[in-house]
Amino acid sequence: MIRHLHPAAWWLWALALAAGASMTTNPVLLAAHVGVLVAVVLARRDGSPWGRAFRLYAVLGVVIVLVRLVLHALVGLKFGDIPLLPVPEAHLPSWAAGIQLGGTVYLEGALGAGLEGARLATMILAIGAANALASPKRLLKVFPAALHEIGAALVVAVTVAPQLAGSVQRVARARQLRGEPALRLKGFRSIAMPVLQDTLDRSLALAAAMDGRGYGRRPESTNGRATGALTLLGLLGSCVGIYGLLDTTSPAALGLPTLVVGLLLCVAGLWSGGRSVPRTIYRRDPWGAPEWLTIACGAAALVAMLVTVRRDPAALGMPLAPLGLPALPVLPLAGLALAAVPAVATPVPPLVSARRAPREVAA
Amino acid sequence: MTAYDPVISLSHVTIHYPDAAEAALRDVDLEIEEGELVLVIGRTGSGKSTLLGTLNGHVPHFTGGRLSGRVRVLGRDTATHRPRDLADVIGVVGQDPLAGFVTDTVEEELAYGMEQLALPPATMRKRVEETLDLLGIADLRAAPLRDLSGGQQQRVAIGSVLAAHPRILVLDEPTSALDPTGAEEVLAALTRLVHDLGVTVVVAEHRLERVVQYADRVVEVVDGTVRDGIPSAIFETASVAPPVLDLGRYAGWSPLPVTIRDARRAAAPLRARLGDQGTSASRGRSNQQTSLGVHISLTSASRGSSASPGVRARGVRVDYGGVRAVADVDLDLPAGRVTALMGRNGAGKSSLLWALHGTGTRTAGRVSLADGRDPAGLKPGVRRGAIGLVPQTATDLLYLDTVAAECRQADTESSRDSGTCARLLEELAPGIPGDRHPRDLSEGQKLALVLAVQLTAGPQVLLLDEPTRGLDYPAKARLADTLRGLADHGHTVVVSTHDVEFVAESADEVVVMAEGEVVAQGPTAEIVASSPAFAPQVAKILAPVPLLTVAQVRAALAERAAPRETV
Repeated sequence: MIRHLHPAAWWLWALALAAGASMTTNPVLLAAHVGVLVAVVLARRDGSPWGRAFRLYAVLGVVIVLVRLVLHALVGLKFGDIPLLPVPEAHLPSWAAGIQLGGTVYLEGALGAGLEGARLATMILAIGAANALASPKRLLKVFPAALHEIGAALVVAVTVAPQLAGSVQRVARARQLRGEPALRLKGFRSIAMPVLQDTLDRSLALAAAMDGRGYGRRPESTNGRATGALTLLGLLGSCVGIYGLLDTTSPAALGLPTLVVGLLLCVAGLWSGGRSVPRTIYRRDPWGAPEWLTIACGAAALVAMLVTVRRDPAALGMPLAPLGLPALPVLPLAGLALAAVPAVATPVPPLVSARRAPREVAA
Repeated sequence: MTAYDPVISLSHVTIHYPDAAEAALRDVDLEIEEGELVLVIGRTGSGKSTLLGTLNGHVPHFTGGRLSGRVRVLGRDTATHRPRDLADVIGVVGQDPLAGFVTDTVEEELAYGMEQLALPPATMRKRVEETLDLLGIADLRAAPLRDLSGGQQQRVAIGSVLAAHPRILVLDEPTSALDPTGAEEVLAALTRLVHDLGVTVVVAEHRLERVVQYADRVVEVVDGTVRDGIPSAIFETASVAPPVLDLGRYAGWSPLPVTIRDARRAAAPLRARLGDQGTSASRGRSNQQTSLGVHISLTSASRGSSASPGVRARGVRVDYGGVRAVADVDLDLPAGRVTALMGRNGAGKSSLLWALHGTGTRTAGRVSLADGRDPAGLKPGVRRGAIGLVPQTATDLLYLDTVAAECRQADTESSRDSGTCARLLEELAPGIPGDRHPRDLSEGQKLALVLAVQLTAGPQVLLLDEPTRGLDYPAKARLADTLRGLADHGHTVVVSTHDVEFVAESADEVVVMAEGEVVAQGPTAEIVASSPAFAPQVAKILAPVPLLTVAQVRAALAERAAPRETV
């Protein structure tokens, strides 16, 4: 069967993997996360520009690891036994004891820093995977209608941000026409000004277009007062509930129950507000077995990680002192194997035409 | 509301923007009736866009400013109805379709407006199919919007507002970014809407030659005031007019013919008068302009320099990813001449210009200037002195707060005497205050500023990428004069453009590109007159007499000392 999977399913799946990756610096597990993400994206992305942008997230991940390594060499606390790179150390006064400026870089320290970078990079890659698998615009369709002002801002941001790269490229090229080398710190203003103006113009044009096409229109009668009361009470309840949860001395009734009631009131407020903005959806994305399966697979990987954190936290780290081989925890790996199942078990997305749209014959 | 009520009525409408000394629109009274195609004309900055903006409440709800008077759209007052409240009756299509797209694919974009109007899904499915067929874009339904050509994007934009079945469609320069064929597609779709569905269409356009024949009524905006009437009446005195009407006004035809067909009928005597001249001109085609007494100095100058081309390109190739944008182009661009680069959107014109300039990608091939240097091998600072380029978005070059600061910066970066750029600017566009912000200038003034900045370095070669976008006729005539003057001083000038009338007025030679290759090159008259897409209006009216512009007709008649009243 050929159809798009519900965007929310892909996002939940990807967020579960991101959350799992945040708990480990074990290189085997991180590599497994990356492998699962890449495999599923390659199998299930469509040919849209969003799908093509996955590469950029991979590049961003590599940059993050490199920056983390450079920072470690410059200001990180060095430790270990195996010297890697001799760097002279600057002596700092005692009040700056937490920072080590320069100093010999050891393998263990560099490895630790690199793996921390890799952990962040993996989480970013998970977000990139969600973007590639389900365009954020399709996700915004299910955004609560009551919050349409925020919705407009999100749509504008999601649309205009990817065009920034193109703008920067264009203006940087134009700088050379005025006789300046392309990349120079001094030229920052000369690139930033036109790009910002361009972006602002585009954002306004898009917002105007949405307005002109009826985004956020509501009929005369609105039950604004009820909506306001529900939302206000809900927010109040949530605040008190969170306070109760965090403050161990307050009575138990103030905690979880209040939070739940508050959240329910918030949802009711959103529902009531959304009802006044009539909107329909052309081709509602169906929610069926593949969606449940995808979420379950993501959840399985996350639960496996959570269980391992409780039972065997050492297996999720990298033994650095003394340096050793990383553990091979069976449970998380099994969970990740499950998380890869959507690569084959979900419907194939419709093929979006490649770069060039077919040239039409004269009508 | 009775059947005779106008669909749009403006009464005593005045618009004041904050911080503006004068009102953008002054005491405008206008009524537009059901099923009309209304053309809004006027010079840039005259208030056309403001007038269109008031129709759906975009002005002042979105832009700010103060509205006095009353604008009613099908009985709804825009003072109390925001644009979103009018979305079911009036659809607006902007100049840059891509800037208004909210979703990712054609089908979703068509449905977007209907989703906001809360139409039932079954209705939406039906209307999406109808709209796809109506605009001839059915095979593009799943295509990503960014991958479409300009003409296709504009048709999707029109379809996306049309699917909601508005009774009024407002378009602000819908064809300004399109090549002649893309513009034809869009205009054909529009006329079909008016004739088959009775949609009321209000369209503003600079390239009048493309739309004037479709208009039922013309509204002229002059400095914020408005007058309207049937096309032949308004164009008797309008400040802007397409060549067909210019010729009619010059020849004194009455009533003024608006279409090529009518003008051809009226032009029979004129053709006969010019006839013998034409045949003698067509015998010696290469020096035909000389025989007509036009640009004699130019032609003689260029003959002398044609032995040494200003730019010589051999085997230039540009690849982007898997796409070959420019395929092994050999080109000699003569010094002392204006060469026009034409071709569809995406034919590789921009890529070629950037590759010739040396800043853009060049995968293979050689480019040499008159002195044998390859611009790609020069440092940007030195290159600037040898070859200049005005990019498509000319304002990318500007980043300072005032015109004067931009000029000073240009003097410094090209190491010229201070005041060089300001002097050039004064020549190109007199009277621009130095303390003005560059973004507040009109399109023509912005272009003049960028041109002055680029000319400050004194390059022998000047490349311009689509400079006529957004320029009105007087601004275009001024640009044509400027380019002419540069060529007369021995510069090599290359202009990429879709504007056939501008080519007829300004270019000596035309290079036509398709799919990255040069498919034709030669003198303007030879190339454009024979092509149905590229022929200027005067050529169509006077064929087989090979004259391209009203100025050439005037010169040809003056040579025969024919009194114009007797034409």
